[in-house]
Amino acid sequence: MSHKVVVPIGPYHPLQEEPEYFRLYVEGEKVVDIDIVIGYMHRGIEELSEHKHFDQIPFLVERICGICSTSHPFAYVNAVEDLIKITIPERALYIRTIIAEMERIHSHLLWLGLAGHFIGYNTVWMWSWRYREPVLDMFEMITGNRNHYAMMKVGGVRRDIKDEDVPILKKTLDDLVPAVDMFKGAVMDDPVIKARLKGIGILTKQQAIDWAVVGPTARASGINIDVRKDDPYGAYDKVSWNVIVEEDGDIFAKTKVRILEMYESIRIIRECLDKMPKGPIDFDVKDIPPGEGIGRVEAPRGECFHYVKSDGTNRPIRHKIRAPSYMNVASNKIAAVGGTISDATITLAAVDPCYCCTERLTVLDKHSNKNIMNGWDLIRLSQEKTEKLRNSIK
Amino acid sequence: MDLKLKALTKSLWVFHAACSPCNNCDIEILDLLTPRYDVERFGIALVGSVRHADVLLVTGVPNYKTKEILKTLYSQAPQPCLVVAVGNCACGRMMFKDSYNSPCAVDELVPVSAYIPGCPPKPEAMIAGVVKLIQKVRGKK
Repeated sequence: MSHKVVVPIGPYHPLQEEPEYFRLYVEGEKVVDIDIVIGYMHRGIEELSEHKHFDQIPFLVERICGICSTSHPFAYVNAVEDLIKITIPERALYIRTIIAEMERIHSHLLWLGLAGHFIGYNTVWMWSWRYREPVLDMFEMITGNRNHYAMMKVGGVRRDIKDEDVPILKKTLDDLVPAVDMFKGAVMDDPVIKARLKGIGILTKQQAIDWAVVGPTARASGINIDVRKDDPYGAYDKVSWNVIVEEDGDIFAKTKVRILEMYESIRIIRECLDKMPKGPIDFDVKDIPPGEGIGRVEAPRGECFHYVKSDGTNRPIRHKIRAPSYMNVASNKIAAVGGTISDATITLAAVDPCYCCTERLTVLDKHSNKNIMNGWDLIRLSQEKTEKLRNSIK
Repeated sequence: MDLKLKALTKSLWVFHAACSPCNNCDIEILDLLTPRYDVERFGIALVGSVRHADVLLVTGVPNYKTKEILKTLYSQAPQPCLVVAVGNCACGRMMFKDSYNSPCAVDELVPVSAYIPGCPPKPEAMIAGVVKLIQKVRGKK
């Protein structure tokens, strides 16, 4: 006889630093269903962005998320440049690529640490965050801040990478390679980690396609998808690197993809530093014509998409954002169901969820818990108003 | 109260309440626990439940959903509980004050003992902020 019990996790819980609420339905030890409640981080960025002018928005979208704080401005400036149809100076493309790849390294190290923490390997946490610090120091050296780098601007970048910083940057990368080797060894060869992660939270290739997951989550399920290769932006088509694809779809594969991606990131940064031409770092954008543009960026978590529509004034009339976690978080419904409750923590964290990127808002009736408004309701309201006006004018 | 406050300054146990931040202050708070800064040397530890906490670290701008939760969290904390607002958002709502989903600032909901500005504040700044808070509490004693 089955007896379903609800285990509430959250919204404030020691598992993740962001507030979110999971409702796990369990039978014994087995998770049979899961509900994810978000909305604790919604700040209305899309709406705020329509009240700021084009040069202020990179500052705003940077604060969508503190971990992918280059990906959002990068996607936004790509969208605006797509709208204006300008080519930006080559050096700026390389600098953008370097910053984006450094961000990938720091984000993957961060996830690796947290994943270690979730399965009770605090040593992995401490070590990987220790090696994350030099990367943040590099950010501080180049951009002036450890996070929120404020490098992106429509038409180029705000700060140059100085020639005297390049050897320091290269040395940090050289020091980072043995550290990543160590993590690779520690994760790939450790029997306990293998036992904890292998065959857990499997997302098969078909399921990954069905749930439209992106980024490392998709690449760990055998889907060769990477915006950097599929639709190159920045300087990614000018350097050589590989897309890491694993077939298994379990958490071990996701970990492996992220660790191996750090090597590729290091390779890209090194090649960019060598190939970076001299010259101007930005293009003076005079005005933004009416039109619409899209920008896509491979954030550490997957494809980040921005859409900007302009009517020729100094503010966008629509700015649409789709962050990678929006797609990935939903796949927890497949990955976590069927596992045990003790595996739920690592399974829920395996897609590297970033809730502050993802948050959406909906208006609910407090008593019946029903949606008060959806898109169709709004259209119906609008049509009713037209009808009323028409009648009153008659 | 005096004795309680005196005891409070010895080793602060911290509960971290994220009220719709951008994650960055939160990551920097976790960074404090890791080898470079390692605040556990001073007895500062992150705890999983607010009922064990001496200090409530609040980050971000409360929205309609987290507003009520923050009040509940504060009422559940054992008194005296110090509240530290970490980051520009928690200190003064920053650019989110115009947002439709930002009803009030943190200090309108709970009494804040210390403000640590910065976007995000550097870990050194957070340590300095906590040291100043401890000095303030001791001075009051």
